[in-house]
Amino acid sequence: MSTQATRDESGAAGFEDSLDYVTVTVGEQLLGLPIGRVQDVFIATRITPVPLAPREIVGLLNLRGRIVTAICMRQRMGRSAAPAPEGCADCELVAVGIDQGGEAFALIVDKVGEVMRLERSTFEPVPIHLDSGWAGLAKGIHRLEDRLLVVLDVDAILRIELPVAA
Amino acid sequence: MDELLQEFLSETGEHLDTVDRELVRFEQEPNNTDILRNIFRLVHTVKGTCGFIGLPRLEALTHAAESVMGQFRDGASVSSTAVTAILETIDQIKEIMAELTEKGQEPPGNDDALIGELRALAAKASQELSAKEEPGVPLDPVAAYLAKSTGESRPDELDLIFRAAPSPLDKPRAPGAEEAAARPVGPATLRVNVDTLEHLMTMVSELVLTRNQLLEISRQQEDAGLKAPLQRLSLITAELQDGVMKTRMQPIGNAWSKLPRIVRDLSTDLDKKIELVLEGEDTELDRQILELIKDPLTHMVRNCADHAIEEPAERLALGKPEAGTIRVSAYHEGGSVTIAIADDGRGMDVARIRRKATQLALAGEAEIEKMSEAQILRFVFHPGFSTAEDVTAISGRGVGMDVVKVNVDAIGGVVDIASIAGTGTAITIKIPLTLAIVSALIVASGEQRFAIPQAVVRELVRVKASSEHRIERINDSPVLRLRDRLLPIIALAGVMGRSAMVEDGFIVVTQVGERQFGILVDSVFHTEEIVVKPMSTKLRHIPLFSGNTILGDGAVVLIVDPNGVARLVGALPGSQEAPHSNAAGDVAPAAERTTMLVFRAGADQLKAVPLSLVTRLEEVDAGLFESGGGRTLLNYRGKLMPIVPVEGVEVRESGLQPLVIFSEGDLTMALAVDAIVDIVEEALDIEMLAMAEQGVVGSAIIRGRATEILDLAHYLPKANANWLRGRRDDTLASGPHVLLIEPSDFLREMLVPVLRASGMRVSQSADIALAAGIAAGHADLGAIVLDLDRDPEAGFALAGRLRAEAKHAGLRIIGLSTLPTPELHVAASLARFDEVVTKFDRRALIAELTESRPGLRQAA
Repeated sequence: MSTQATRDESGAAGFEDSLDYVTVTVGEQLLGLPIGRVQDVFIATRITPVPLAPREIVGLLNLRGRIVTAICMRQRMGRSAAPAPEGCADCELVAVGIDQGGEAFALIVDKVGEVMRLERSTFEPVPIHLDSGWAGLAKGIHRLEDRLLVVLDVDAILRIELPVAA
Repeated sequence: MDELLQEFLSETGEHLDTVDRELVRFEQEPNNTDILRNIFRLVHTVKGTCGFIGLPRLEALTHAAESVMGQFRDGASVSSTAVTAILETIDQIKEIMAELTEKGQEPPGNDDALIGELRALAAKASQELSAKEEPGVPLDPVAAYLAKSTGESRPDELDLIFRAAPSPLDKPRAPGAEEAAARPVGPATLRVNVDTLEHLMTMVSELVLTRNQLLEISRQQEDAGLKAPLQRLSLITAELQDGVMKTRMQPIGNAWSKLPRIVRDLSTDLDKKIELVLEGEDTELDRQILELIKDPLTHMVRNCADHAIEEPAERLALGKPEAGTIRVSAYHEGGSVTIAIADDGRGMDVARIRRKATQLALAGEAEIEKMSEAQILRFVFHPGFSTAEDVTAISGRGVGMDVVKVNVDAIGGVVDIASIAGTGTAITIKIPLTLAIVSALIVASGEQRFAIPQAVVRELVRVKASSEHRIERINDSPVLRLRDRLLPIIALAGVMGRSAMVEDGFIVVTQVGERQFGILVDSVFHTEEIVVKPMSTKLRHIPLFSGNTILGDGAVVLIVDPNGVARLVGALPGSQEAPHSNAAGDVAPAAERTTMLVFRAGADQLKAVPLSLVTRLEEVDAGLFESGGGRTLLNYRGKLMPIVPVEGVEVRESGLQPLVIFSEGDLTMALAVDAIVDIVEEALDIEMLAMAEQGVVGSAIIRGRATEILDLAHYLPKANANWLRGRRDDTLASGPHVLLIEPSDFLREMLVPVLRASGMRVSQSADIALAAGIAAGHADLGAIVLDLDRDPEAGFALAGRLRAEAKHAGLRIIGLSTLPTPELHVAASLARFDEVVTKFDRRALIAELTESRPGLRQAA
């Protein structure tokens, strides 16, 4: 994953040497989503669970007349289920809205942080010994002063493995 | 790009498509002046416009083509080379236009060779004309002048101009005349960008949702002031929705407008004679779907022409007409459109497909051995599957049928294939009419709501453990008795992975194809117009759901796909489950099974009658009986119904009298019996009586006991003298003459009285072999009812023979089968049957015979 690709992804930032991310947390980990890919951040309510759906998919929800597929980031990243019971229709979950190929998705995360502008110089490729599941979802790492920020590859997250289509 | 040029390109493109199609038609009927005039007008228009915006190369080409056509118009004979040359010209024009679209100007180069060829053809034709010394069509310069000067011409005037317009070979062109003529006088239509329509559709969808939300709110409030305007809004929305939907609908003919040209070119290339029959061009389909099926259709027709249709010599040797037929038809059926592509070629070689499947290891060898023909045929939809020995330029590279299936699957359609070796192949595609808005029943299962498309819902039944309708179990499989039939029940919660074995709830009786089953849900709310939104790509692999929608209250619900539900539990002959798919193969043994109503009549004597003939069973208090004119009567549902005791039965004076009720049209009667014993389904081996005993056709062993089979024909006239005479006065004279071919004596004995009672004249035969002779002897034959259980092949062959004879053109051929599977339907439609009816469904049979409904044959 080259830095060039990352720049293209976050072209909306407009600055040559800095990259903008929406930060979210899943479990203890701080994660960054390229700001160009994030449509909105919202509270997901009334999720309709889909029977027989892949584990990662929490269900469907209505966002201003659009049907959005909600993906649980905890499940997606191989973590145990969130502290709040999942799939319940009434609980409120924080979601980041993503668009891919005209379809709307919501990534359910534990917490949404701030928008961060980071220097390109602090960017590093994914360490080679990272768990393959994680490595596939990450584009790289930013070294922050006190912690590390994993830059997520949005398209990889949405590449959910499906059972062989019936 | 220049706006004028843009307009020109899109308009000319359409014109050229039409010319393509019309030319092929013209070659077949060279004497049809209407077609010729049409073509001439189109080419003329194109030429005129080219000259107008300065496209010299296009103009020269169209000019040359027009000269040749001018000669045709004047009566020169139409040669196939000429048509080929003109088609080539049109291809060339299209190429130039493609370049134009890209670069905005004509490509350099010249078309002298082609123009030369066209000129030579024109010269030859004009020689021919002058040799014939035909006076030609008289010119009418006055009309031409008038039309030119008014500038506004009515269509009929326009024709005059065209006839009078000088053929471009005769004189130098008169540009003024052409420009005036070039102005299209079409219906009042407007070109609208597709995106605009799509946007409109989305907005209407949202409007429908919002309306639904408002209705939901008003349902909870009692505000009269709100109700009226809301009602109006609702109506207007519905109408708007209708209107916008209509703008998206296009006749399917648009999708296959290129087919005639393709088939023509193929038949020239392959040296085959192929006739393309298109039926149901007007069938309208959503634009979006139309786009998606265009390519698969073209592909399948190519396949037919290349592989299925034999060489003319081979066909003649087989006793088939020299020209093969490819029949493409489309028709509406319920909420979907069925498209059928059938040919009368060599059919598919099942053995070869089997071998190839084994070779490619598409399934285990043993598994393939066991598969039914229908299952084997489905292998052709497998990616990379082709049995063609040699790859031709046209097809046979093993790509194609799988693409067809993928495309059709993508729009929620179903592809099926049936083939009879030596007779032909039929592929049917069933696709939804529109993907946008459907009416759906909202149900709940567990905590969740689901939508079930109304189109598949037959009825709702409330079930309760304690009530009359309760769920029973056979080895844990739930079933419901519904009007003397067992309905398999599928619990929605069960297929969704929750194991809630509820006893109370609602059964949504669903019909998919021929099969009925019930879906058990907890509760049922209301029907709602829902906007179908496609399933998320991440969830599309779940067969249970066909899409999702937003309800009036803003919640997202999933739309249940009954096909998927049924397939998941194996209720349908689908892809994997072997036992059911074998149905087609098992028809023969199953054929002899009949459901009989067994009752006691007289001294412990068991009698039986086919259940299908029975309308109802009742137990009535004998005190209600009245007698009149020596007959016993009962006031039954507002009418007097005669009661006839079965031989040996005394009609009771008091207490409950069991009655077996038969009805036909407005005639109703009841047979009084001693007791109703049972309903059994059994393979009947009936011993027919040599001499007709009163009221008995024969006897059979049912459940180990000798049982007499009742002769209804004996009892019906007892109730009403008119019954068997079939209301002779009015209907008999006009009633159709029906030939019943049924090897089972029993069934013949049963059906003949029923048919006669409906006012038909019936001839009968047990032997298919004799049938053709009988048919030949009766010129007035209106219909043939043919058993398809014993020997379907012979039945198909007979139908083929009869259809080939001109005098039987209007003959309806109806197949009878105990178990009409979709495969059988397709095979029958291939053999040009009108319809296949379940053997004991006498109502359907009579409806088929008396009404001239469009049947299967339209599909074939």
